Amino acid sequence: MISLSDYLILSSIIFCIGLVGIFINRKNIITLLMCVELILAAVNTNFIAFSHFLGNEAGQIFVFFILTVAAAEVAIGLAILTLMFRNRGSIDIDITSSLKG
Amino acid sequence: MSNTAQNLFQFDTSTLVFALPEIFLLSSIVVILLIDVFLKKSFKNITYYLSQIAIFITALLSYSLIGNGEQIIFSGSFIHDDLAAIFKVAMMVASIVVLVYSRTYLNIHNLFKGEYFVLVLLAILGMMVMVSGYSLLTLYLGLEILSLSLYTLIAIARSRANAVEAGLKYFVLGAIASGLLLYGMSMIYGINGSLNISEIAQFASGASLQSSQQLILNFGLVFIVIGVAFKLGAVPFHNWVPDVYQGSPTSVTMFLSSVPKIAAVAMLIRLLIEGLGSLQDYWSDLFIALAILSIGVGSLVALMQSNIKRMLAYSTISHIGFILLGFATGTMTGYGSAVFYVFTYVLMSIAAFGVVILLNNKGFESELISDFKGLSKRSPWFALMMLIIMLSMAGIPPFIGFYSKFFILQQVVNSGFIELAIIAVIFAVISAYYYLQIIKSMYFDESDNTSPISSSMDTQLVLSINAVLILAVGLFPNYWMNIALSVF
Repeated sequence: MISLSDYLILSSIIFCIGLVGIFINRKNIITLLMCVELILAAVNTNFIAFSHFLGNEAGQIFVFFILTVAAAEVAIGLAILTLMFRNRGSIDIDITSSLKG
Repeated sequence: MSNTAQNLFQFDTSTLVFALPEIFLLSSIVVILLIDVFLKKSFKNITYYLSQIAIFITALLSYSLIGNGEQIIFSGSFIHDDLAAIFKVAMMVASIVVLVYSRTYLNIHNLFKGEYFVLVLLAILGMMVMVSGYSLLTLYLGLEILSLSLYTLIAIARSRANAVEAGLKYFVLGAIASGLLLYGMSMIYGINGSLNISEIAQFASGASLQSSQQLILNFGLVFIVIGVAFKLGAVPFHNWVPDVYQGSPTSVTMFLSSVPKIAAVAMLIRLLIEGLGSLQDYWSDLFIALAILSIGVGSLVALMQSNIKRMLAYSTISHIGFILLGFATGTMTGYGSAVFYVFTYVLMSIAAFGVVILLNNKGFESELISDFKGLSKRSPWFALMMLIIMLSMAGIPPFIGFYSKFFILQQVVNSGFIELAIIAVIFAVISAYYYLQIIKSMYFDESDNTSPISSSMDTQLVLSINAVLILAVGLFPNYWMNIALSVF
């Protein structure tokens, strides 16, 4: 029998992988998007696990909305990414960063 | 039990009236988007006027709902109270002014497109949902409607590499912030089994709370505070602010720096004061750290900026510090002063960016502090306006910026944090340097550019009213303070 804490540990591990991935990875924007998705996956796992063990459906409804928003978010992110590539000819963060001060 | 189940499925259409401003705005967005598709390029002005009318009517609808007491509708996920109505009216008025200033800028930089206004309207809709959200779900959805529109608005200048980069930065950091906020929300949901703010409040203030439950609540609370701090741009979560302010088209920067701050403060009130108010001891400490860091970093780093948009970004960060300080006091008057501060900040910030926009010419993007050189010769009236705005931001009486800082510091001292007040005042004095630097370059520096300022009549009129208001409101601060206090 898998208990609630097992799910919470799994989700916190996924969450940490996503967060650490964002801070270690300073090169590729696609990887950044993947890390953001990992964070959201961790949140979804949390919500579903809580919802199941509490016997309350609100958490699962929340997950539907998170999934929808995440899809919209990625669509916008990739659109901005394409613009970036068109302007700079690269999606590397190091090369593309010109805002400083 | 069967009673509550019945209530959930009961849907009384007469309660819809409390969501009327949102419903109206959403319908007008759809209509405006459709009309815009069929307009020829030379008639794009119509989209602009329709958007302004839509925002104005939404403001009137929100205003007419003031004084109806607290109404919770849509199975407890949407609240109408005076706080929501007053915040909405303030946001609408600010948005109308922002759009008036933006028009000339958008025209001379070829950004005058129908999408721009539709996205601004969508962002406003998201903020209205944030202000009225009474469950974690509605608050999150409002925040995302706002954020997704803002990412697109920033990158709308498609051929400007800086704008696209700013959009990408805001996108990545905004997505991380939403993720952190959601993680905190999932913890809060998991411990009390409900998404409703009122039920969370009931649970969190319960006397029978075990220490393990308290621990999980605090764990979720930290993530929520981080998420809110990210959105407000408080140090140490401020990295995106200067880059995004600098890279975005100035009209978007003006919008970004003003209206969403009101919505973020509303979200903070809903989540942390109405929801987790019983944990005030815990989040106050976090807020004090965020506030002092923000005031310090905002004041010191701004000294080294040569770009006016970056400088105003750091000035925003230090203003956010003062707002958080007001919330950290944990008293009703403290919250009221923070709300008063955010309204006055928006008034000043819009005016400051309005003057920056005024300096734009065809093919010339005004961005540097040196662009202000000799403004007193080119346009004495607007130099005077900028003088008022800068003195007000620096917190010099009798302007409004002085009273907002004064009310906050008064509450901070009353709550016994005298050292915090002293630190805040020292940094406020330091920050006066960079505000005065602009005044110096306007009045005492010579410039090669002697062409007079040209801009449309409505911009000049609204900007003048805006700057005069900074002085006028400063003469009667108590009246406005009472309004800010009445929302709690």
